[in-house]
Amino acid sequence: MSTPAVSIVGLTRRFGDFVAVDDVTLDVARGEVFGFLGPNGAGKSTTIRILCGLLAPSSGAAKVVGFEVGPQSEQIKSSIGYMSQRFSLYDDLTVEENIDFFAGIYGVPHAKRGQRKDYALTMAGLTGRRGDLTARLAGGWKQRLALGCAILHEPPVLFLDEPTSGVDPVARRQFWDLIYDLSAAGHTVFVTTHYMEEAEYCNRLALMYRGKVIALGTPTELKRASGVATMEEAFIASIEKEEAAA
Amino acid sequence: MSFTRTWAITRKELLHIVRDRRSLVMALGVPFLLLLLFCYALSLDVDRIQTCVYDQDRSPESRELIERLAASRYFDIVQNAANLREVDRAIVSGSAMLAVVIPPRFAARLLARHPEPVQLILDGADSNTASIAQVYALNVVSAFAAERFHVSPSVDPQLRVWYNSSLVSRNFIVPGLVAVILMIIAALLTSLTVAREWESGTMEQLLSTPLRPAEIVFGKLAAFFVLGVADAIIAIAAAVWIFDVPFRGSLLFLGAATCIFLFGAFSWGIFISSIAGSQLLAYQMGLLSTFLPAFLLSGFIYAVENMPLPIRMLSYIFPAKYFVTILKASFLKGVGLEVLWPSVVFLSIYAAAVSTLAVRKLRTEVA
Repeated sequence: MSTPAVSIVGLTRRFGDFVAVDDVTLDVARGEVFGFLGPNGAGKSTTIRILCGLLAPSSGAAKVVGFEVGPQSEQIKSSIGYMSQRFSLYDDLTVEENIDFFAGIYGVPHAKRGQRKDYALTMAGLTGRRGDLTARLAGGWKQRLALGCAILHEPPVLFLDEPTSGVDPVARRQFWDLIYDLSAAGHTVFVTTHYMEEAEYCNRLALMYRGKVIALGTPTELKRASGVATMEEAFIASIEKEEAAA
Repeated sequence: MSFTRTWAITRKELLHIVRDRRSLVMALGVPFLLLLLFCYALSLDVDRIQTCVYDQDRSPESRELIERLAASRYFDIVQNAANLREVDRAIVSGSAMLAVVIPPRFAARLLARHPEPVQLILDGADSNTASIAQVYALNVVSAFAAERFHVSPSVDPQLRVWYNSSLVSRNFIVPGLVAVILMIIAALLTSLTVAREWESGTMEQLLSTPLRPAEIVFGKLAAFFVLGVADAIIAIAAAVWIFDVPFRGSLLFLGAATCIFLFGAFSWGIFISSIAGSQLLAYQMGLLSTFLPAFLLSGFIYAVENMPLPIRMLSYIFPAKYFVTILKASFLKGVGLEVLWPSVVFLSIYAAAVSTLAVRKLRTEVA
């Protein structure tokens, strides 16, 4: 197998006395849809923010598409797409202006801009609404537009931080279809969520609790290991095991 | 730095500016309003001094003295008092700033070549106006004495005021005001821009892309520059055509100096915005850190030379001071780079230093 898309070894991040990410080690293979499941405050976002170069780790190391987090963050930033929980678009810009802006800052070559813009518009289902102000879009469209903007430069790795929070179930299902399409097209998708049913959609996932990865594997493996039928039960069982060990 | 990425930021900022109609109207209208307001509110010219006269002599000579006062544009005779009590009341109530009391037998004694005092009573509560009124009144009285009774001083100074020969305070207030207004507007416009991106979460998005802090800062600067130059043109045009301030210098030189000044002022706004983190705090810091020094320490009205040493030293670190110097000299003295180069050098150093600081600040946020 080629170099993993993401490779994390002993990653730790402290905020004062609080350990937000505690000695996390894992690999994500290329083309995988990898999920981070855990309650709020478990350290999922912090881990993603470190991988995106937005936060420095306290200790440990991480590589994204072979580039070292920290010294090679410039290269990493050109190779990733990041979508935060807040769908960071500009509300006072139109759909098309938002796409043009992100194409500009990602340095998409002019020759490819038209094609990439059409791709993003089609993917988001906003072809007919390119002149609408982003503020007027409903949550689901905003979310798909944010994803479209994050992949304009065809990044090998996508980091999606709770991309479906605050979106209705239908839009959430549609969004996951998009994630599968991207994965099929060769993108690695690293996604965090606290919805149990979404965890089922991942190829592999890590259960995160209080900064630690307490279980890692495919959804089926995780359920089988705890001898339960649902992801929720598997997660609760893993937490109880962790609490008992501590 | 990549031009493509910087331009993407600039274009986005220009769109923000155009979309936000209310702020745009404010940004372009406020300089004009401030100019109008300050110009009339801050007039330091003393004229039409309300004067009360108490003529105890009632001779042709005393009446002539009063007529001379009345004829001057500096005095406005508001009351003819019948006794000293009325004089007293006029000053106490504030209906008169100056009282002229001519003693009985004023004409007779003067004609007999006896020196004769005329009493001038001034309301010193407003010391500045009072001292100017005093000088004007003395001038009228001594001119009267010299012409009517040939009592003239042995040395006769011939005054010639350069650069602002009519001593109209507007001529020196308005150019300085342009600097104060541009400083406030510039810092306020930019003070919100980075804080807003932190608040809305878009800054985090930007920092996850290949964008560099310098590209964010300079991209934003370039967009606001368009607005700043428009404001500068409005303010300078208003000074020349509405307030009739003579412009004697080089427009090219002033234009270049204005650009350097704006660059520094905008950088300061962006720097504040990055350290404040919230729009509200950024706005307050922006107002406080530009308005007070620009108003009090720039020498635009209050002479810095007369301030205590520590404050004088402090005034040197604020760019408005140098820009006020440049504006006043460009408008009134008609000098250029040959005289003003030290101010231009300082403005350049300030702009370079503050923009570097702004970029640094943004870079350390990523940690």
